[in-house]
Amino acid sequence: MTRHEGDEKRRRDDAGRPALSENDPRLEPARLDTERRLLDRTWANGRGLIAWISDTDHKAIGRRFLVTAFGFFTLGGILAGLMRIQLARPENTFLNPDLYNQIFTMHGTTMMFLFAVPVVLAMGVYLVPLMVGARAIAFPRMLNYGYWMFLFGGIFLYVMFFLNTGPDAGWFSYPPLAGPEFGYGKRSDVWAQLITFTEVSGLIVATCLVCTIFKLRTPGMSLNRMPLFVWAMLIVSFMVIFAMPSIVISSTCLILDRLVSTHIYNQAEGGDPILWQHLFWFFGHPEVYIIFLPALGMMSEVIATFSRRRVFGYIEMVLSMAATAFIGFGVWVHHMFTTGLPQFGQSFFTAASIMIVVPTSIQIFNWIATLWTARRLRLATPFLYMASFFFVFIIGGLTGVMLASVPLDRQVHDTYFVVAHFHYVLIGGSTFPLLGGLFFWFPKMTGRMMSERLGQASFWLLFVGFNLTFFPMHLLGLEGMPRRVYTYQAAMGWERLNLLATLGAAIIFVALVVYLINILVSLRHGAVAGDNPWGASTLEWATSSPPPPYNFSPQPTVASREPLWHTELTPPPIVGLDPSKREVLVTYLLDAEPDHRYPMPGPSLWPFLAAIATSGMFVWSIFQAQGVVWGSIPIFVTLVGWFWPTKGKKALQHGVHGRLALGDSLS
Amino acid sequence: MPHFQSILHPAGIQAARVSHLWWVMFWICAAVWCAVALGAAIAIARGHRGTSMASERQLGTSVAIAGGISVVALVALLFQSVVTGRALDTLHSPDALVITVTGNQWWWDVQYDHPVPSLRVTTANEIHIPVGRPVRFNLFSNDVIHSLWIPNLQGKIDLVPGRLNELWLRADRPGVFRGQCAEFCGLQHAKMALVVVAEPSDDFERWLAGNRAPAPAPITPEQQRGKDVVERGPCAMCHNIAGTQAGGRSAPDLTHVATRSTIGAGSLPNTRGYLAGWIADPQHVKPGNRMPPPGLRDEELQAVLAYLETLK
Repeated sequence: MTRHEGDEKRRRDDAGRPALSENDPRLEPARLDTERRLLDRTWANGRGLIAWISDTDHKAIGRRFLVTAFGFFTLGGILAGLMRIQLARPENTFLNPDLYNQIFTMHGTTMMFLFAVPVVLAMGVYLVPLMVGARAIAFPRMLNYGYWMFLFGGIFLYVMFFLNTGPDAGWFSYPPLAGPEFGYGKRSDVWAQLITFTEVSGLIVATCLVCTIFKLRTPGMSLNRMPLFVWAMLIVSFMVIFAMPSIVISSTCLILDRLVSTHIYNQAEGGDPILWQHLFWFFGHPEVYIIFLPALGMMSEVIATFSRRRVFGYIEMVLSMAATAFIGFGVWVHHMFTTGLPQFGQSFFTAASIMIVVPTSIQIFNWIATLWTARRLRLATPFLYMASFFFVFIIGGLTGVMLASVPLDRQVHDTYFVVAHFHYVLIGGSTFPLLGGLFFWFPKMTGRMMSERLGQASFWLLFVGFNLTFFPMHLLGLEGMPRRVYTYQAAMGWERLNLLATLGAAIIFVALVVYLINILVSLRHGAVAGDNPWGASTLEWATSSPPPPYNFSPQPTVASREPLWHTELTPPPIVGLDPSKREVLVTYLLDAEPDHRYPMPGPSLWPFLAAIATSGMFVWSIFQAQGVVWGSIPIFVTLVGWFWPTKGKKALQHGVHGRLALGDSLS
Repeated sequence: MPHFQSILHPAGIQAARVSHLWWVMFWICAAVWCAVALGAAIAIARGHRGTSMASERQLGTSVAIAGGISVVALVALLFQSVVTGRALDTLHSPDALVITVTGNQWWWDVQYDHPVPSLRVTTANEIHIPVGRPVRFNLFSNDVIHSLWIPNLQGKIDLVPGRLNELWLRADRPGVFRGQCAEFCGLQHAKMALVVVAEPSDDFERWLAGNRAPAPAPITPEQQRGKDVVERGPCAMCHNIAGTQAGGRSAPDLTHVATRSTIGAGSLPNTRGYLAGWIADPQHVKPGNRMPPPGLRDEELQAVLAYLETLK
């Protein structure tokens, strides 16, 4: 062994190794205190607006993501309320058709692109690094850039909407209606470019999560010890990475058709409008599972915690989620059964759409098995939200099976039956677990508990309001009411059920206001939570509430799937990370064996500036093709600033392979 | 509810098959929902008491059995669906009535096929079909994607520009049904409906023969005056009235407009009052539709109405 290799080995052995024993001198309380003080200084973010904008803490960015996404949820919800008022009675003139079409397009676009996907990714941004015991998320500056892109995209959409240039061709924007021949003005360009914003943001978050999960798990957390929520986020991140290119291509081609007269979707010039539908739904259906799988992960965490036992069938749960993700890419044609595609091809997609039920039902059965053998199940608010899944989501799942059938789908496709179906799936399968999850992790994020009484009140209001709103829509669909109509005639007899739905929407509104009040009141007056108020098993509950910027000190290691329930097994924590640098421990993919220490970049204003430059280019380019060229110059400048090599000591930190010289650690 | 646009009140073989499929699926799914909800409720109740001592092995067996049952139920549903799908295809027949429907923003152009071009019948927004005879619809679109959906008779199929799609159906009882565009097609998607009249064969043939004739000649001077206004005014730019000089092709054919029950693609009943309102201000009831206000004087409007009423 050469001297160099010996050094290498010694470094590896020392860096990030667990302390040798509980009695390791480096674990003395006084030393840890000193270390924490140093860490506080190293990881501190300055005060003031610029420091706030530049922050690279995944918890701060995750919170911002959550707050912003819920802001868009509120806007999308208000739009839904306007539609419900319009449809409450026949021939209503509350909204004119033009405004109604913009509003339903904005509602769908907002809920899918600005709420559902960002909000589940945001939960991952906040929780995943904590759950895997890491000090930071991978690529924090890029994550910051991703957040600003998301925010600017959303603001861009709503500014255009208030300027009466909101998209009006549906959240699916089928050409030729959205194409240059029939989509007048800039409305569909706004839609297509908003998609570009959310693509950039979504791909960035997915990349950060995959790298965090693969390379920053704390020693001992081999793949088969990862919490189920982390598995869900890993699978979802890969889905984002595989699904997004399809919408990148399709929305870019739409902009090209509109801006520079390519004829990609123009059948008169040899293009094909059906091509759009394939590309859009190849992304659009996996999108549903991107929204749905993180909710399943949250379900598993909350159910395990409240049952006080591990979720039954860990491997089956993981494989089910992976299978759902995989099959989810093979069902897109069930959105296109009415386009006149050949029957034989359609039956393949029927089979796939029915098959995808199997993995989800396995998960449901495993949860029921878990609950069956729970130790004194607590029926607190987070659990109620999760339990409602069994009663609400399953209705959506079963109507989904019906929609997989070509003959039946050709009757109910594009009717209110489908509206009922996917609201049961998305609200029942994702929003309910999400609201439960938020209630569950709120103490970790803020240090305070939410009020149980208000929580139960808002849950039951939401449960009643939701079913009152969406159940009648099944009947409306069967009685022939198509989707996306701004009004209907009194003679159709749809009035009563529509009125009922509007009434339900009002109850949902009250429920969400109660939820919001609960958050605002609890932020100031909630009971102090402590580290682990629910007695949960995963690592995010091992640190203080809210966690410090560096998450853990000392960084814990794990020897089981439920480290906080098996403290007797837990090996001593990590020592040897340099508290005077923002160091994280990089580990190997499969078994999370320590590999090397890596210095994380700190706060920087460049990602924010790059996001402004990119947004400028995106907006410019829907008006003038040369915006792509000239608008790229500011992006180039900000990226050069962002990646400008740093000198001296800092350069050393970014040394070859990111490996560090030791000797400046605490020992 | 009137059920003239309802999936669950089939008036033809195709819709009846789908309706049957719906009930099979409904009952299976309802049973599954009850089973799962009951299972979850019992599990929550037991877990709350904390008394259950099932071993992991027992749990595994139960989950496997439940999974097996779901696979069987799903395969049964798949089988039922495929059987129905195949049955829907058996209607194809060489002596079917062939009707070409072309979608436009926001109305339906309807043409009854005939080997002799002059014997083809063109109408709009109202389709008459004979009871008991299979009908094949050839579907085109002139602009964006629409979808023809007559729930009481058959599921929908899209009208895609640049493509030909087919829809087969057969009415088995007489009745008046309503259909509606089911693919979002722009501003007035909500007001793109059509009326389907299923009638006994004799009535249908009589109707077809009546519609094959050119427009009847005006009788009174007022009607004649109305015809003049239509032919020389803006109407003829877009509308066709066979047998007159009005030969426009970009709006609904008016040759026998007085026989139709609605105007504005199912927006309003076809009465003199509504028709007057529609012509005076087409943008009021269905804002955004392609018909500009023709700018007729009162006397001209009355004359046009008198003439249109003769178009039977």
